[in-house]
Amino acid sequence: MADQLPFEKPIIELRNKISELKTFTIEKEIDLSGEIEKLEGRLEQLEVDIYGNMSPWDRVQIARHSKRPTTMDYIERLFTDFMELHGDRLYGDDAAIIGGIAKFEGTPVTVIGHQRGKDTKENLKRNFGMPHPEGYRKALRLMKQAEKFSRPVICFIDTKGAYPGKSAEERGQSEAIARNLIEMAGLRTPIICIVIGEGGSGGALALGVGDHIYMLENSTYSVISPEGAAALLWKDAGEAKRAAETMKITATDLKELALIDDVIHEIRGGAHRNVDVQAGYIRQTLKSSLTELTKFEKNELVNKRYEKFNKIGEFDHVNGVMVDE
Amino acid sequence: MIRDIFTKKKKKYATIPSEQAKQEVPEGLMTKCPSCKSIMYIKELRKNKMVCDQCQYHHRLTSPERIEQTLDVGSFQEFDADMIAKDPLNFPDYKEKSASDRKKTGLNEAVITGRGTIGGMGVIIGVMDPRFRMGSMGSVVGEKMCRAIQHAVEEEKPFIMFAASGGARMQEGVFSLMQMAKTSTALNRLHEAGLLFISIMTHPTTGGVSASFASLGDINLAEPKALIGFAGRRIIEQTIRQKLPDNFQTSEFLLEHGQLDQVVHRKELKQTLEKILAIHEPAGMKEE
Repeated sequence: MADQLPFEKPIIELRNKISELKTFTIEKEIDLSGEIEKLEGRLEQLEVDIYGNMSPWDRVQIARHSKRPTTMDYIERLFTDFMELHGDRLYGDDAAIIGGIAKFEGTPVTVIGHQRGKDTKENLKRNFGMPHPEGYRKALRLMKQAEKFSRPVICFIDTKGAYPGKSAEERGQSEAIARNLIEMAGLRTPIICIVIGEGGSGGALALGVGDHIYMLENSTYSVISPEGAAALLWKDAGEAKRAAETMKITATDLKELALIDDVIHEIRGGAHRNVDVQAGYIRQTLKSSLTELTKFEKNELVNKRYEKFNKIGEFDHVNGVMVDE
Repeated sequence: MIRDIFTKKKKKYATIPSEQAKQEVPEGLMTKCPSCKSIMYIKELRKNKMVCDQCQYHHRLTSPERIEQTLDVGSFQEFDADMIAKDPLNFPDYKEKSASDRKKTGLNEAVITGRGTIGGMGVIIGVMDPRFRMGSMGSVVGEKMCRAIQHAVEEEKPFIMFAASGGARMQEGVFSLMQMAKTSTALNRLHEAGLLFISIMTHPTTGGVSASFASLGDINLAEPKALIGFAGRRIIEQTIRQKLPDNFQTSEFLLEHGQLDQVVHRKELKQTLEKILAIHEPAGMKEE
């Protein structure tokens, strides 16, 4: 069971035991229903205890789970008439970001998201969801198109980061990310961002300058990966667990710090356990978010977005110190 | 309580930029160029704008030195000099490291902002200092820049930014990451107001700083041989499993790949800025 996580071990073991007993009941025709019921009660309690007390590192594991639903999984379930639009018109088509037009509850929208693969083959095609500049430039092209036709933009964020490669640098990875930040800042149409998996640094933020920013309960958003931070801080990538805790990267931590608008509840054990139900939770959030944002006039929207980001930051003053000119 | 720690030591942090610049001159008369190893008089090096006259190596400048070299004498008025970092995540050793950088550099943070003139033309300027937490961008850098940009908008002046930074400040987590968005939204206001933004990338301009405001100039300039890029060289080499060429992520490499308008020698930088400013003068600039 490659997709079971270390902290889930007690749950999996108990679940296996219950299914063994069930098989036994059928094969040997012995009634163990009382026993099974008791164990199922215990399983329920165990799930509440374990999933209700996940550490940041546990959540990192869920956010990176190989079965974790991707942008495509949600697009299929949340939108109708999705049509993928390819290419940045400048260099190529980056499969690490997908985007297109669709309808949400009957309203035309533009949908963009990082796209990971689910197996090795697809991951090679999609570069593990790590975009090149052309991915960001495609996203920007689709956003400008959405602005032209007054469609709200919905971004799904799910990347370890922008691709750290030679070709990416040659084609201006920095500029591509930076351009998206400033263009999103001024985009005259609503932007809703949802972190669905990993929100890795600038490569995530390049789809993240929105009017509303949400995170799934078990997703993460960080300036550097826990491994990277641990390597820099304690010269040991093995300290990633400690770094994950220190850096405040979980949805609840970031909501507490007022860095995101809200946390979207996940089903117990993580979104991968029932994608349909999870998509339903996202749908509710999207509906209320769109209802709120479509009330604003375009200028008002851009002004509010400016104010939203302008107030982010914590600083102090050295009282009374004057610096000579 | 946190405030107390800082206020107790506040007198030590009060510095005069021009004096600060003088302190940066190493003790003694002579120094060795780290690039070509030539021995030279420090006085001569300073006269030469901290550029080696043998190999043209551009020594790093402190932010007060940069202001002195760029603005008209006596024209600088600093903004928000007293702003210092908070520690929003209670990150291990962050407070101590900030405090020791303040002591070491005589600066309160990794950027100095203010107004001044260049060739008599009014500008708003920001200069990063790589000595302070590697010039990394946290909340203070973001806030000071945004306030400076707001001054530019209100006073209808061009904004000039000298980047010198290792990227986002890890110790402030997502607060730092969001400064990339914050500075970009402020620059969008400047842009909408039809005002000029000149970005000058100096050694080094990497990570989150390169991937936000530093790349967003109407005109992007760089000093020769500066390191400029998004990802770190070692990470890229590990990812693609090949050695990168020596000139990779240098100013000259970026120019070749269409990411810069010009690479400008430090000796010509002020003249270049004057020229650009003069050409943009009718576009919403006021004479001092």
